Amino acid sequence: MIINYFTEFNSIIIKNYIGCNSFDSIKFDFSFNDILITFEEIILSIMKNRKLFVFLLPVAAVCGLLLLNALKNDPQVKPKTDAANAGLTLPKGFNAVVLADNLGITRHIAVTSKGYIYIKLNKLNDGKGILELHDDGDKASVVSSFGDFPGTGIYVKGTSLYASSDEEVFRYKLDPKDQVTNATHPDKLVTGLINRHEHEAKAILVDINDNLYVNIGAFSNSCQEKDRQKGSMGIKGCPILDSAAGIWQFKSTKLNQHYSDGVRYATGLRNVVGMDWNYQDNQLFVTQNGRDQLNYIFPNLYTVKQSSLLPAECMYALKKGDDAGWPYIYYDQIQHKKILSPEYGGDGKKEGGQNAIDPVVAFPGHLAPVGLLFYTGNQFPEKYKNGAFIAFHGSWNRAPEPQAGYFVVFQPFKNGKPDGQWEVFADGFSGSKAQTESGRAEHRPCGLAQSVDGSLYVTDDVKGTLYKITYKK
Amino acid sequence: MLLFAALHAQVKHKAKPKPPGIAASIAKGKDVYMQTCVTCHQVDGGGVQNMNPPLIKTTYVLGDKTKLITIVLNGFNERVEIEGNTYSNVMPSHDFLKDQDIANVLTYVRNSFGNKASTVTATEVKKVRATVKKA
Repeated sequence: MIINYFTEFNSIIIKNYIGCNSFDSIKFDFSFNDILITFEEIILSIMKNRKLFVFLLPVAAVCGLLLLNALKNDPQVKPKTDAANAGLTLPKGFNAVVLADNLGITRHIAVTSKGYIYIKLNKLNDGKGILELHDDGDKASVVSSFGDFPGTGIYVKGTSLYASSDEEVFRYKLDPKDQVTNATHPDKLVTGLINRHEHEAKAILVDINDNLYVNIGAFSNSCQEKDRQKGSMGIKGCPILDSAAGIWQFKSTKLNQHYSDGVRYATGLRNVVGMDWNYQDNQLFVTQNGRDQLNYIFPNLYTVKQSSLLPAECMYALKKGDDAGWPYIYYDQIQHKKILSPEYGGDGKKEGGQNAIDPVVAFPGHLAPVGLLFYTGNQFPEKYKNGAFIAFHGSWNRAPEPQAGYFVVFQPFKNGKPDGQWEVFADGFSGSKAQTESGRAEHRPCGLAQSVDGSLYVTDDVKGTLYKITYKK
Repeated sequence: MLLFAALHAQVKHKAKPKPPGIAASIAKGKDVYMQTCVTCHQVDGGGVQNMNPPLIKTTYVLGDKTKLITIVLNGFNERVEIEGNTYSNVMPSHDFLKDQDIANVLTYVRNSFGNKASTVTATEVKKVRATVKKA
């Protein structure tokens, strides 16, 4: 009986860790130590009660023996997460350090050609919203701060540093030493973008042709008559699409642009926060944060479990004029189909969005991909070259099911197209399995950038930690 | 199985006795909470960073019951600042819940997550419902 119980327990842990059982395009880097840690926690909690401890001592002993035995038989036991890697679990050969801590609400991050780091803060720190840091190898120090607006987006292109508030985009000039010359008087490139305090972060990017791309998230979950209201149906001809739920293209060289000066480059994107340009096929790639609350809004159509896994968090490769289908459809990564939204007459099975593009990668629901970076460095092993790192902020909308995410994923690419399964690259940001499941994560990955020598920077917007991940043969 | 059964027995044994009325209201309120509120406010009532406010020891939860009932009935679409953090997600109207369900869930919330406050009754909810504008 004990053996049966243990096996069952084991498989429950595995299922929880993976987040779903019937999803076939997941490849998780599963560590046997996760079982160990969880089991230890249970034994510890039992030990707190002595009476129970005496009673369960033989049970614990047998389980311990079984575990030892299982360990002996498992050749793939990986090193335990340790402080030496800043608490992160990484593939073999990779190391992580905390470069800086308590920086504030650190969102996106950019690196200049000389290797200086600029980070956007989503809450002003001493009245400043941008930090400049210098990387000294195993730590980094803040050398300046400026910018009187909070926000998410920051990007370096040539001799310019671009940064966004939730309504505007600014440009700073960099001198030959990569120092900002107009810290108090940035050029205002774009103004008057919609911010209704829902999906208000404006991710930004500049291409080689001086085009400035700005994400404008939908100020709504699914364009219902009443946002997030149980049973409320979708507005016909969703008006939100006119001014949000898409990527707008402006010029990076022109001042004071409004909506009318820009082009709606791609639409039907609920809330893109991760963006990067893929120079292999010269295309904009984005990661969308999919809709919430299928079960809450339509309890007759979706179970709590389905609602925790659906819809997919999608990566899209965008061309001018593309429509990703929000709010009329969502992508179901289990059926591999575009499904008509229940707000627009869907039932979880009816397909829709004949004119909408398909995602190039579909991740499990609610994991919140908020940072995207194509790796072009030479430090990491060959398989990482030109592949995509994605920072998953972690879920909240899975409750009462266990939360998931809070990790950095790697998606291999070949010739500018996703090639093969994605895998968890850096895990352990949350602090523990229990903190992942409760959603009370200590750190949540947000921004990604590459150092000049090919290391990977990751920001955390809970405690303002800046991580650096390096590889040594 | 053995392990869980033993733990369960211990937990039951330890539970403090409460007046049956409140206990029943809290138990029923928890059911409502787990169906209706948990997605946003989370199992531990702690809410979600920047989005959904926590329900732990805030004046919204522990203060004026009329205001609290009104929020449940009408929903809430204002940015709130609690202990230096802002929360901006939209809370939809929950006027579809019965008076008794709202009373139970608010009694549960006001007596969970470390909170301790008086119960909310169906009569109180009914009174507020009669005065608030239809959302």
